[in-house]
Amino acid sequence: MKIQRFAILPCALFGLFAGSQAMAAGDQVVIGDIDDLSGVYADVAGQGAIEAVIMAIADFGGTVLGKKIVLLSVDHQNKPDIGASKFREWADQNGLNVLLGGSNTGVSIAMSKVAAAKKVPFFAIGAGGASLTGVDCTPYSVHYAYDTTALANGTASVIVKNGGKSWFFLTADYAFGTQLQDSATKVVLANGGKVLGAVRVPLGTTDFSSFLLQAQSSGAQVLGLANAGTDFSNSLKGATEFGITKTMTPAALLAFLSDIHSLTLPTAQGLYLTTGWYWDLNEETRAFGKRYFEKMKREPTMDQAGYYSAAMQYLKAVKAVGTTDSDQVMAELKKTKINDMFAKNGYIRADGLMIHTMYVMQVKKPAESKYPWDYYKVIKVMSGEEAFGSQPDPTCPLIKK
Amino acid sequence: MTTVLGVPLPAILGQLMLGLVNGSFYALLSLGLAVIFGLLGIVNFAHGAFYMLGAFAAYIGLQTFGVNYWFALLLAPLLVGLLGIGIERLFLRHLYRLDPLYGLLLTFGMALIAEGIMRDQFGASGKSYPVPELLRGVFDLGFMVLPIYRAWVVVASVTVCGMTWFLIERTRLGATLRAATENAQLVQAFGINVPLIVMGTYGAGVALAALAGVLAAPVVQVSPLMGSSLVIVVFAVVVIGGMGSIIGAILSGLVLGLIEGFTKVIYPEASNIVVFVIMAVVLIWRPAGLFGKE
Repeated sequence: MKIQRFAILPCALFGLFAGSQAMAAGDQVVIGDIDDLSGVYADVAGQGAIEAVIMAIADFGGTVLGKKIVLLSVDHQNKPDIGASKFREWADQNGLNVLLGGSNTGVSIAMSKVAAAKKVPFFAIGAGGASLTGVDCTPYSVHYAYDTTALANGTASVIVKNGGKSWFFLTADYAFGTQLQDSATKVVLANGGKVLGAVRVPLGTTDFSSFLLQAQSSGAQVLGLANAGTDFSNSLKGATEFGITKTMTPAALLAFLSDIHSLTLPTAQGLYLTTGWYWDLNEETRAFGKRYFEKMKREPTMDQAGYYSAAMQYLKAVKAVGTTDSDQVMAELKKTKINDMFAKNGYIRADGLMIHTMYVMQVKKPAESKYPWDYYKVIKVMSGEEAFGSQPDPTCPLIKK
Repeated sequence: MTTVLGVPLPAILGQLMLGLVNGSFYALLSLGLAVIFGLLGIVNFAHGAFYMLGAFAAYIGLQTFGVNYWFALLLAPLLVGLLGIGIERLFLRHLYRLDPLYGLLLTFGMALIAEGIMRDQFGASGKSYPVPELLRGVFDLGFMVLPIYRAWVVVASVTVCGMTWFLIERTRLGATLRAATENAQLVQAFGINVPLIVMGTYGAGVALAALAGVLAAPVVQVSPLMGSSLVIVVFAVVVIGGMGSIIGAILSGLVLGLIEGFTKVIYPEASNIVVFVIMAVVLIWRPAGLFGKE
């Protein structure tokens, strides 16, 4: 009897709190951000992406359908199990309505499975792997800013057409690297080139010297860097240090503004890269860049701008259908044209891929750069269909054959 | 062109050269570890953390105080060595009478704390440390282009290892050190302050790790996690060389660096584990290590 009396009070308090938690979730629209906040991709999206979403929420007005918009964020540390379990936890306990995130294809693939299981929309913004809208596609995933197919169609085809016929790949040893290598290989072979070899490098390697030496001894004309973030900048620095860039052309298959900034123009000049967005493209992008710069003291990368745009598009879709019900919101997203500072005439295809204009850029020489962060010149503008392919990936189960 | 086991000779020579560079780091780190274990009987799991702190000391010195690389080579080991002395005085001293496992646990815990604090402050991705002006540029060796800085690393490590070995094996101070570890009470009876020597030795071993960290800073990026991956290999190197042997640690470090480099060309998949395979073989054949005393 004593035990029962003792137990009543804590149970009642617990019940009160548990109840209030559930009530709070229903009153809010919860946006989640699971990304790499401290590892190799931390500068590409990371903290800046969180700021971008905060800007989007503020610009939207802070509430939607009368409910307060709340942002949760966590560091996935490039570990798929952390990303997936946090997503699940937020979906179960915090009333998560939409997840933005990725920056690591492996983690994003794991999270897309959770999106399908929990029926929560997931915008994969930082990740590159084309399989996210291929064999790993789900009805609730949107692949937003770019993918490995577009990168290969942009950068690889420009380099092969300029004479870089023989390639050796330095590939990050996980889903993103291998998918990027595959896409680039397809483009190289289709344009009459050949791949002399490849080496897989663990994610987060800092000293690439032995891998670079292997690349050099292959005798290939092009050093295909199928990696990103600090992996990319470290491998390029290593290639420069060992004089490899004198005999091989580096192909920056995925490079962001943050990487070029840390490499500095003397090292990065002349590199070709493909991007979906650049702060200095037009008045709208410059305006966003300026606002972002005031907060972060850096210009935004494609991913960070992508986070802003994705958050806005989601909130607009919710407002349009009058509910946060995932199926209705996804249907609305897939039938709306995207016209904002991030993309013009963009649309989300049946497989979840956001088709929009992609740009092949070349990094300016130091003498050509007139003001801070003036790093790129546009070499080629690719329509969405040209960059991403005119047909959805047939391996995606959502595509009816 | 000539090939060895199907791989062109220039490729092999190139990898061996890089292997020598890695081997110099192994040698310097395992020297510090061997000094600490051989003379103090402590399994210093914090060795990787001190290596990392040495690199960070150089990085912070450059970023915040404008201390250049050459000063950092002297200051970082000094500062980290003092930290090591403080740790020995406050914590390790109490564990000598106990099972060596306690020393292992304490140093392992300290390593985790150090890593955690640095990770919190600086993030997990690497910070860039520039190669000093004097050492920029390359040597064109024909079969590969070797950055001058890497050649410097080999020269510096081998020199420091040589000097340390000389100090311990050939000078009076070294003799006192070795005597103190054999029989501390007898040496103390002679009026020599053994606890002071022990403290200094730990500080010196730690300073060697920090020196390796400063040398490594321009090569690998300065990151809180740089020590943890390296320290496991270093332990294997020390075990192979013989836990108490100074010369064993130095030679094993260099040779294993070369073997790892060779494996990277011949069978890259095995390059991460070849050191451990060798360790297993050596332990079966010669449990005390190649140069160890039983």
